[in-house]
Amino acid sequence: MQNVDAIESGISGQPKVNYLTNGFTLKSWLLTKDHKRIAIMYLITISLFFLAGGLYASAIRLELLTPETDLLTSATYNKVFTQHGILMIFFFLIPSIPAVLGNFLLPIMIGAKDLALPRVNLLSLYIYWVGGLLTVYALLQGGVDTGWTFYTPYSTTFSNSYVMAVGLGIFINGFSSILTGLNFIVTIHTMRAPGMTWFRLPLFVWANYATSLVMILGTPVVAITVLLLAIERTVKVGIFDPSIGGDPILFQHLFWFYSHPAVYIMILPGMGVISELISNFSRKKIFGYEFIAFSSIAIAVFGFLVWGHHMFVSGQSIYAGLVFSFLTMVVAVPSAIKMFNWTATLYKGSVSYDTPMLYALGFMGLFLIGGLTGLFLGSVGLTVHLTDTYFVVAHFHYVMVGGQVIAYLGGIHYWWPKMTGKMYSEFWGKISAMLVFIGFNLTFFPQFILGYQGMPRRYASYPPELQVLNIFSTAGASVLGVGLLMPVVYLGHSLIKGKPAGDNPWMLPGLEWRTSSPPPTENFEKMPVVTWEAYEFGEESGLDLESARSRNSAAVVS
Amino acid sequence: MQTSSWVPLFPDSASTFSWQVDALYAYLILISVAFTIPIVVAIFFFAIKYREREKYATPEEMHGSIVLETVWSIIPFVISMTIFLGGAIVYYEQYRVPDDAMDVYVVGKQWMWKIQHGTGQREINELHVPVGRKVKLTMTTEDVLHDFSIPAFRTKADVVPGRYTYMWFEATKPGKYHLYCAEYCGLNHSGMGGWVYVMEQRDFDNWLAGNVSGQTPVEQGKDLFQNKLGCASCHAGGADQRGAKLEGIFNKDVKLVGGATVKADEAYIRNSILNPSAQVVEGYQPIMPTFKGQVTEEQLVSLVAYIKSLSGDTSPTSQSQAAAPAANTSAANTVAPAKPAANANK
Repeated sequence: MQNVDAIESGISGQPKVNYLTNGFTLKSWLLTKDHKRIAIMYLITISLFFLAGGLYASAIRLELLTPETDLLTSATYNKVFTQHGILMIFFFLIPSIPAVLGNFLLPIMIGAKDLALPRVNLLSLYIYWVGGLLTVYALLQGGVDTGWTFYTPYSTTFSNSYVMAVGLGIFINGFSSILTGLNFIVTIHTMRAPGMTWFRLPLFVWANYATSLVMILGTPVVAITVLLLAIERTVKVGIFDPSIGGDPILFQHLFWFYSHPAVYIMILPGMGVISELISNFSRKKIFGYEFIAFSSIAIAVFGFLVWGHHMFVSGQSIYAGLVFSFLTMVVAVPSAIKMFNWTATLYKGSVSYDTPMLYALGFMGLFLIGGLTGLFLGSVGLTVHLTDTYFVVAHFHYVMVGGQVIAYLGGIHYWWPKMTGKMYSEFWGKISAMLVFIGFNLTFFPQFILGYQGMPRRYASYPPELQVLNIFSTAGASVLGVGLLMPVVYLGHSLIKGKPAGDNPWMLPGLEWRTSSPPPTENFEKMPVVTWEAYEFGEESGLDLESARSRNSAAVVS
Repeated sequence: MQTSSWVPLFPDSASTFSWQVDALYAYLILISVAFTIPIVVAIFFFAIKYREREKYATPEEMHGSIVLETVWSIIPFVISMTIFLGGAIVYYEQYRVPDDAMDVYVVGKQWMWKIQHGTGQREINELHVPVGRKVKLTMTTEDVLHDFSIPAFRTKADVVPGRYTYMWFEATKPGKYHLYCAEYCGLNHSGMGGWVYVMEQRDFDNWLAGNVSGQTPVEQGKDLFQNKLGCASCHAGGADQRGAKLEGIFNKDVKLVGGATVKADEAYIRNSILNPSAQVVEGYQPIMPTFKGQVTEEQLVSLVAYIKSLSGDTSPTSQSQAAAPAANTSAANTVAPAKPAANANK
C-alpha cells in the first residue's frame, strides 16, 4: 500500500536512465559493478557455450544415426562427447540460472541495490572468462578425450590429449562458482529490504540460497581433485594411478563428492524458477511455501551424502553400495514434495498459458520422468544392469535438459520483458516451447529403451539391431535443435521491433515487477518497504488491480 | 543362435539374475505409471478447469495443509523403501560370489578381453560357459578401467587396475550374447567387446576338449613359483624358511608385524607380491624384494591361484579339471606376456 510510486504499472515513456542506457562505452560494461550488466555479459557468454555444446551434440547424434563408425573416427567421437559434456556442464548448466537470472534478479527480488560484493561479482565473471578461454584454447589445440568425468588412470597416464589445459580451465572456473555462491549468501543475509523477512522471500531466492551453499562447500573439492590430478600427471606422484602406488577409486570418490552435489547446483535453481512460474501464472500463493523452501535445503544437504551411487559397480564394498542406495531413495522424497506442491498450486488458481507457463508445465512432465527414472538408478540391484548404459544418459538429460534448460528458458521468457523492456512474440514463443518439449521427448525417451537393452554409453559404434531407436533419437534431436534456435530469432527480433513491455506486464506482486523495465542502475528509485507476503495476488499486495482490469477491458473493447 | 526376449524391448534373458532384474524393472515401471498418471491428469484437469477467465483475477487464497504434506511425504518414502529393499536383495546376490563356482580369470587391456579358464583354456573377446553352472570371474586390468558387461545376464562389474574385482552368474539359456566394455577406456572403447557363448554341458566339454592348451593357472603358478621367479627359495623349505609360510593361510587371518591382522585373501596375496614390505607377517623380516614390473597381471593371477591351492582351495578348478584333458606342459599356446602396467603408457 505504501511504495505506490514503485508499482506504477504499464505505460512507460518517462525518459529515465536505465541500466542499459547508463553509459554505452565498452569500458562502461567491462568495468561495471552493476549486477544487471554482469548478468547480461554472462547471458551472452553462456549462450555461446550452449551453442558450441549443442554443435557437439549434433555431431554425436549424426554419428549415431548408423551403427558403424563412419561420420567421425573413434578418436574424434571420443573428443566430441567429452567436450559436449565439459562445455555443457561446467560452462553452461552450472552458471546458467545462478549467474544469469540469479545475478540479475536476486538483488531486485529482495529489494537491494546490488549484490553485497559488486566487485567480487565482476571478478567472478572475469574468472569465468579466463577459465572458459583457456578451455576453448585447449579444445582448439586438439581437445580432450577422457570423458567429462576424467576417470583415472586414463586421464593421468594414458590420454595424450590436452587434459592439463582443460583441467586448469575447470579449476579456474570453479572459483567463479564459489565467488557467486558466497556473494549470494552474503546478499540474502544482509541486503533484504525492510519487511522482506525470510519467509517472504520468493522461492527463487531460497533455491539460489541452497545452490550457493552447495557451490561453496562442493566446488573446493573438485578444485582439489583437479590439482591432485595435475600433480600426478606432471610430477608423477602416485595418487590415483596404481602403477605408481595410487588408487583409481579414490579419484571417483573425490570427483563424485563434488559432481553429485553439482547435479543439484544444476537443478535446484531450475526448481526455483518453476516455483515462481507456477505460482505467478496461477495467480495463487504457492501451496506449501515452507515445504518447498525447506525441501531445497534438504536436497542440498542430502545431495552431499549420495555420491557413492555413481560407483555401484566400481568395486566398492556391497555394504557401501547399500547405504548409498538407501540415502539416494531418501533424496527422492523432497523432490516428490515439490512436485505435489506445484500441482496443488494449480488447484483453484487462475491459470494462464503464456510462454513461460508452457515451459513450466513442460518442466513438470519432464522432471517427473527424470525423477522417477532416478529411482530406477538408485535401486542398486537394477542399476548394476543399467549403469553406464544409455538409460543413464537419458535419465540425466531428462533432469538436466528437461529440468534445468527448460526452466532456464522459461525464466528467460518470464523475465525478458524486465531485462530488456521489450515483449517478444507470444505466438513464436509458444511454438518454440512446444517444439522443445516434443523434440526433447523424441530424442531422449528412446534412449531409456536402448539402455535397458544394454547399449553402453560413449560408444561410437553399436550393434545394428539397435539402429531404429537411434534413428528416432537423432530425428528428435533435430526437432529439439530447431526449437532451441527459434528463441534466438524472435528474442533478438524483440530487441529491435518488440513492443514496450511496461513495468509489470502480467500484474504480478514480486518486487522485480515494481520497478521500471528495464530497471534503473540502482534498481529502485526509493528503497521498497515490503508489507505483503510472498505471492500475494489480492489487494494486500498493494497492486492497483482495479485500474489494470479496467485498462485491460478498455483495451479489449477498443 | 540369437534369441529374442519374450518381452518386446527387453534384451535377452539368459541368467538367474535376469528375471529378478526384470521383475524389479517391471515393478518400477508400474510405480512410475501409478505416479505419473494421477499427476499428469491432475495437471491437465486443474490447468483446464481453473484456466484464466478474467484478467488479473484474484483467486481465493489457500494455505498449505500439514496433513496433505505429511501424507505425500510418507507415501513416497514408503514406496522408495520398497524399491530400495528390492534392489538391495538383488544386489546382494549379484555381488556375493558363491563358493562352488567355476573359476574364470579375466584380464582387460586396451582394447581386448583376455580370458583364461580354470582348466587353462584361453580365449580373447569370447567367453564360453556351460549352462546351469555358477561361474565366477576374477578380473583385473593391465592399464585403465574397464567394465565387463553382459546385458543378457543383467550384470556387470568394473575392472580396476591394481586390484581384483569379482562377478558371478549362472547362465540359464544356451545362446550367443553380447559382451561389452561398459567403462570408457579410450580410443577403441566401443570396439572392446565380443560374445558370450552359453553351451550345454556336453557341448562345453567338447569345446574344452577341442581347445587343448597350456597349463592350468595353478600349474603355471607353480612353475613361476618354483622355477621362473624363485619364490620357493624363501617360501618353501620347512621350519627355518626365510619367507612366510604359505600353506593353509588362504582366507585365514594373519598376524602382522605391529600387531594388526589381515585376511589373507586374493588382494592381500597380490599386494604382498607387488609391495612386500607393506604388510609383513609377524615373525619375518621385511627382506622380500618387490616383483612389481617383473610379473604380468596374468602371471599374478596364476601365482595367486597356486598359493590358494596350497591351502587346499582347489574346489573351483577340481570339477572342471576332470573334464579337461591332461595338462600340457608346453606354454606355446599362451598369450604373449603383456608389458607391465607401468610401461603400458603409450
